[in-house]
Amino acid sequence: MKGFDLLAILLNPGFSAMLLHGIGMTFVIAIGSWVLAMSLGILLLAVRLLPLGHIGSRIAEGVVAAYISYHRNVPTLVQLMLWYFGISSLFPDAMQEWLSDHSGEAIFAIVGLGLCQAAYFSEDLRSGLRSVSPGQEEAARALGHGYVGTMRFVLMPQAFRNALPALVNHTVSLFKNSSLAMAIGVAELTHAVKEVESESFRTFETYLIATILYLACSLLMMAAGAALSRRATLAGAR
Amino acid sequence: MLQGAISIISENWLLLLVGQYPNGPLGGIAATLMLSVLGIVLAFPLSVLIALARISRWRLLRAPATALVYLVRGVPLLMIIFWVYFLFPLLLGANVPGFATMVCTLVIYEGAFLSEVVRAGIQSLPAGQMDAARALGHSYPRAMRYVILPQALYNMLPAILSQFISTIKETTLGYVINVPELTFAASQINNRLLTKPFEVFLILALTYYVVCFGLTAAATWLERRIATRRAGPGAAPLAIMETAG
Repeated sequence: MKGFDLLAILLNPGFSAMLLHGIGMTFVIAIGSWVLAMSLGILLLAVRLLPLGHIGSRIAEGVVAAYISYHRNVPTLVQLMLWYFGISSLFPDAMQEWLSDHSGEAIFAIVGLGLCQAAYFSEDLRSGLRSVSPGQEEAARALGHGYVGTMRFVLMPQAFRNALPALVNHTVSLFKNSSLAMAIGVAELTHAVKEVESESFRTFETYLIATILYLACSLLMMAAGAALSRRATLAGAR
Repeated sequence: MLQGAISIISENWLLLLVGQYPNGPLGGIAATLMLSVLGIVLAFPLSVLIALARISRWRLLRAPATALVYLVRGVPLLMIIFWVYFLFPLLLGANVPGFATMVCTLVIYEGAFLSEVVRAGIQSLPAGQMDAARALGHSYPRAMRYVILPQALYNMLPAILSQFISTIKETTLGYVINVPELTFAASQINNRLLTKPFEVFLILALTYYVVCFGLTAAATWLERRIATRRAGPGAAPLAIMETAG
């Protein structure tokens, strides 16, 4: 084994470019799937809350519950593999070709991770909404807000505040899960690490750099989440 | 499509169930379950120790335990697998098979996550429990051992069970270092057939779904039962429904 030398990786333009490109891709995947997951999570919750009548809302409830149950009980890696190897094979040939020309693996990673995490976000928001006391809704309605206004201005802000710690935790795990995209060939940070490692033979240094990068991002997110929660509690206490 | 799926199952059910065993290493669902059970069983004592260190009065115990928990929580499981895969053979000076690598990784990872569960369980008990035990003359370790931990762990059983379900889902990452478990078996089948990827991975997903959904249902049942017992015989059933909701 060669002596410990971090700079041999960091100062090598090839290796540092690969790692930088990797972390960029990790952020693209994480942010893309976060946006998808949050929008879909809110949409799923909205579908559950829609006044669709007795039978309509039972069907909507069943569909959303099945969606959430599937995405929470099947491993994320398996969901990604099903998208990338399985579902993509059902697409028409022209679309498959377009996808393989336009880094389809990254698109599938964003879609797979986003759809999976939407289930968690939706459940977080739902339990956040459930812990808002019923008096809030009655008061808002009594003050003349319609259904949408009550949701938009009174209930959802409180639901988000209640759900904040869980949402932050799941955001961190979404960021960490972006590493699973390497298994379907996305050139994100973990993938770049394996490449740099096999070219430089400096396993320890390469892993150390990647670990520090991941850890720094996760801790920053946790700290930001804690700061947000503190502000939200203060605002609530006023 | 359904016919394709049925023929895949009828031709490969043994591979999906036990892998190449007895002619090769144990694989399939059997290996997945064994990995998860070993992982959580070995992680449990470690997690209690980490939790006790994290709530200790001595900084010398508290600081490293806290650092370990944050380190593991902040790094993807895949990175930890690579670290173990790389470091353990170096430290032990011997070859470590993939199965053992995966078990070690799970013990570290689950140990840290489970320790947060155990810590929450200990801290959610009323402070009076510890005070009463100390007032009765128990030392701190004895009060922990005989009064606090039994109650905390009982209350935490559903959370421990859902950690077990996460562990089952995490064993899939063994696929990346070629540990012969369920996902690995499915990708072997897929590589052999080449023409039915959708069916193969759908079967894989549904298999995980059945196992994890069953356990989730068990966790919910357990949670309800514990809530009933905690509420005591006098409590109205209404209180149970609220917690189970």
